[in-house]
Amino acid sequence: MTPMGQEVLPDEQESRAVSAIASSPGTSDAPPVVLKSLHQSFGSQVVLDGIDLTVTNGETLAVLGRSGTGKSVLLKLIIGLQQPGSGSILIHGQEVTHIPLDEMNELRKKMGFLFQHAALYDSLTVEQNVAFPLKRHTKMIESEQGARVKELLASVGMEGDLQKMPSDLSGGMQKRVGLARALALDPTILLLDEPTAGLDPITSAEIDELILKLQEEHDIASIVVTHDLHSAKTIADRIALLHEGRVLIEGTFAELEQSDNEFVSEFLKRDS
Amino acid sequence: MPSVLGSVWGPFNLFLEWFGELGLFVGKVLHSAVRRPFEGRELFRQLDEIGSKSLPVVALAGAAIGFVLSLESRSSLVRFGAKSMLPAALVYSIIHETGPIVTGLVVSGRVGAGIGAELGSMKVTEQIDAIEASGVNPYKFLAFTRILACILMLPLLTLAADFCGVLFGWIAETIVEPVSFHRFVTQGFVGAHFNDFLAPTFRTAVFGLIIGTIGCFQGMSTKGGTAGVGLSATSSVVLSSLFVILADVLLVKFILVFFP
Repeated sequence: MTPMGQEVLPDEQESRAVSAIASSPGTSDAPPVVLKSLHQSFGSQVVLDGIDLTVTNGETLAVLGRSGTGKSVLLKLIIGLQQPGSGSILIHGQEVTHIPLDEMNELRKKMGFLFQHAALYDSLTVEQNVAFPLKRHTKMIESEQGARVKELLASVGMEGDLQKMPSDLSGGMQKRVGLARALALDPTILLLDEPTAGLDPITSAEIDELILKLQEEHDIASIVVTHDLHSAKTIADRIALLHEGRVLIEGTFAELEQSDNEFVSEFLKRDS
Repeated sequence: MPSVLGSVWGPFNLFLEWFGELGLFVGKVLHSAVRRPFEGRELFRQLDEIGSKSLPVVALAGAAIGFVLSLESRSSLVRFGAKSMLPAALVYSIIHETGPIVTGLVVSGRVGAGIGAELGSMKVTEQIDAIEASGVNPYKFLAFTRILACILMLPLLTLAADFCGVLFGWIAETIVEPVSFHRFVTQGFVGAHFNDFLAPTFRTAVFGLIIGTIGCFQGMSTKGGTAGVGLSATSSVVLSSLFVILADVLLVKFILVFFP
């Protein structure tokens, strides 16, 4: 395990990522996600300026930071919706930057993605939304798909809303269905983009409990992008705070609280 | 002088940029089209959306054109003592030009706007990203199926418009001077060859290609929120109508050369 709760220097970040890669390159016991010197910019605006992060099996990493620091961009880079300016992304030991689309699509089957606004297909029912990945990527017959969809929706407390359209659901319900859809193919990596954004405190707590329950049931490596410190404290094993395109500090919530860095203290104080 | 150059170069540059991006988009669609899976279920859904659901409005437009054309032509032909030429003139006009172009423009209005708005809305709500994140190629699943459905359905819709045009042309003629449908059609198709029918009808497959491609491209390149969706829907209709008219002009010349 890497030292926690300390400010991370760029060289240190790189050496951690390199050692993680070197320990198990391209093997099944490789960490699910390794990011190395990841850079991304849009025009002249540098969003990520050398990100090094590693997420191990069964671990939940929360990525915090001010708005516009590239947290959501980070998730989109991992799942290949954007290509990084430079740097390396390893999924289960396989380099995914600039790989052919067919190979990327195979890897995407191992990843579940919950979008900030759930991004449910609005022309499909709840049942059809959750069945979409199953229809596309499995050889399940109709009845097996139906049973799997019911099981997934039951695990997020939405088993009674199979035939509803996404427009008939509240924000919290949409997130639940989005989570069920993300889990449909039994992913080994779960990427959650602001799972509690825009939800009231009670619904946020319910979503947090749901994520904790799913973590217990499935051995998934999760990366959670959030502004919600309370949620990060509840669901994450480790927290990475992004600032000016870099990982400013990495550690448990308690370790972050003990930091004497001015920005970290200010960030934690503002939320509390 | 530099400002004049700038004012000309600016829009021209944007036009070239748009064409370049359209070329890249078409490249991605073609690349995805030759790979499995072939999205048969989605294609059938789009054939229904684009074909069956456009049928009433296309048939109505064809009927209106046939009716008006019959009434308008009659007075002119009577003036020149060529009243008996009415069925042939009507059939020739509908099959060669009016049917295909009216179908193209009606479909570019209904389907172009529909595709632009639907895909634009999916783009701004991250649904297209969600499709891609689930390991499905959106260029094939969303774009190729719609483009192919447009290509396949336009000729069939044109046949429907042609039939309704001839039928309502006969009704308009019968109101003024009763004539049997059989006689009207027999007179109408005197001297007509299969090529008269084939080339203009299949010309609309090109219209379908234009409508589908521009609608999908505008929709999938949507930026911004609801305003962006509105802009995509509008630009899909305007651009696809414009390019359908341009293609019509070019293809008429092409058809005259190869099917004299």
